[in-house]
Amino acid sequence: MTERFSARKYLRDIKLPFCLGCGDYTVTNCFLRAVHELEHKDLSKFVFCSGIGCASWIPSPYFKADSIHTTHGRSIPVATGVKLVRPDLNVVVFGGDGDLVGIGLSHLIHAARRNLDITVIMVNNMVYGMTGGQVAPTTPLKAKTTTTPYGNFEYPLDAARLVTTAGASHVARWTTAHIEQLKEAMKKALRTKGFAFVEAVSQCPTAFGRRVGLKTAADMLRWLKKNSVPLKEAERMAEEELIGKIVVGEFVHRQLPTFTDAVYEVIREAKKSA
Amino acid sequence: MTKAIPQGTYFWQGNKACAEGAITAGCRFFAGYPITPASEIAEHLAKRLPQVGGIAIQMEDEIASLGAVIGASWAGAKAMTATSGPGFSLMQENIGYAFMTETPCVIVDIQRAGPSTGQATKCSQGDVMQARWGTHGDHTMIALSPNSVQEMFDLTIRAFNLAEKYRTLVVLLADEIIAHMREEITTPPSEKIEVVNRKKPEKTEKAFFGSQEIPPMPAVGEGYNVPVTGSTHNETGHRYTADPIVHRQLLERLVGKIERNADQLVYYEGYNVDDCEAGIISYGCTSRAIYETVEFAEKTGIKVGFIRLKTLWPFPDRVVWEMAQNAKMLFVPEMNLKQLFYEVKRAVEGAVPVFPINKIGGGEMITPEELLSEIVRRTRNLD
Repeated sequence: MTERFSARKYLRDIKLPFCLGCGDYTVTNCFLRAVHELEHKDLSKFVFCSGIGCASWIPSPYFKADSIHTTHGRSIPVATGVKLVRPDLNVVVFGGDGDLVGIGLSHLIHAARRNLDITVIMVNNMVYGMTGGQVAPTTPLKAKTTTTPYGNFEYPLDAARLVTTAGASHVARWTTAHIEQLKEAMKKALRTKGFAFVEAVSQCPTAFGRRVGLKTAADMLRWLKKNSVPLKEAERMAEEELIGKIVVGEFVHRQLPTFTDAVYEVIREAKKSA
Repeated sequence: MTKAIPQGTYFWQGNKACAEGAITAGCRFFAGYPITPASEIAEHLAKRLPQVGGIAIQMEDEIASLGAVIGASWAGAKAMTATSGPGFSLMQENIGYAFMTETPCVIVDIQRAGPSTGQATKCSQGDVMQARWGTHGDHTMIALSPNSVQEMFDLTIRAFNLAEKYRTLVVLLADEIIAHMREEITTPPSEKIEVVNRKKPEKTEKAFFGSQEIPPMPAVGEGYNVPVTGSTHNETGHRYTADPIVHRQLLERLVGKIERNADQLVYYEGYNVDDCEAGIISYGCTSRAIYETVEFAEKTGIKVGFIRLKTLWPFPDRVVWEMAQNAKMLFVPEMNLKQLFYEVKRAVEGAVPVFPINKIGGGEMITPEELLSEIVRRTRNLD
């Protein structure tokens, strides 16, 4: 790698939309570094699909690339259509936790089950940030949000484990306080043949942090780091001990037949028999 | 059989004719979810599309089905889904998205009796207004209405051609009776079939969402760096979510490109349109009763004319208005509780009385006898 990294190379010349201290800046940076380190000179071999929510704005329209900004939760179905018609392109989905494991959860599970050959980057800020901080399926138990003024009375969903069980080829979770690991996980995801899922637990000081006593991005990052438990260590811990913790690491990396390959195998067979 | 169906005469089910029509039109991507009475389209395409190098997949629901179709269309394929009322309802959000992003695609809705699960295996014409107004916000729609197995083939091809020409989604609004019945169909030789393909941009073009009434459409992966969004956007596709002018201009163009061309989009079959005592405005399976009705009526000494609509949306105002100038009264038979009736009334502008004839439940059609007795009663003032 001779060329120095510059995010600008991959970005359109427009101001990014995120609040001060938002983790989406970090995720953008990690992803573009991953792309750079994989020696993509530009994003011409990529198509980005995203839904509705702050994280969906990461690629669209800011990346100098083709991007399809879909309806809420439906980025993965749209990515399915793109990938099957153009299997030669890298199809990457960006979305938040509300988009991908709230309204769009079933598509995430089915894409993992099919082992659809795409990369999904889920920015989990544990809240519906764009709409002002309502409770999400990922909000920690007891956390105060605008729709849980007495504290969240639901258990949060473990997206990384769910997707692992559903059949994904590559699954990792890190936080925006682990930028090197996050970037490396994204690189590995982009090199994975099959369904790759990277969850980036991220800070939203604006709509989440300030309501749970973590006023600044720095406070939130310290909290993310302190609450993170490496996967190996978590395996030795009791379930109750893990409540409120963020288990980080690589959940799975395996080679499985992909959906795209299966669909094109059907076409080859059908043409022969026709 | 590795290509579109060869020229010939066949005895087919309506849904099969629709599927073969899609392949003939160049459809190479189908995504759907099982639902009565549309499933045969998915089943037939699952077998046939891979034979012609196309892709047929089953998604987890109808929302995902239309999502995949939209993605496939932006990747450059002609794409389609098929469903019935309940699935059509689930698709409404992405229908608005396809309209807003000018994504050519075809949605086949085989109508059954609703609302809700209703009478799932029985015919109705209850989605006429859902096709027009199902999604939220300002929009317009193209919807075609076949009344035979032959038209399931012909109008599916036309639906793709219009989708490609106008860069929009097109609804083939069929019904259970037309979809499930079997009749003879003749497929023309391939060189006689017009197939339209979307206009592609020149290498230097950037206005994929404006400047021209129907802008050229790039595919992803062609190097255009196209940003596609369902939010209000300018000519290059960039979001403008506060500017009133950008929103007005975009919607005026999106609605206008279809409504300004309405006359070219209106297909119908007419009989005694310029001189009749009673005029019937009819469409879909219901219109199969009008031919015998006309015959019976003539024997009774009543001159009956009809307009059999193949285009429901945009509504053929002019054609209906013209008939109202030459008829004494109009009748609108429908297998719903007056959906197109009010459109006819609006288009007639009070020139003549308009009478609805409605029948719902059990998939029972309106018979020629029922039509005739209503026409006799009204024209002979038997009340």
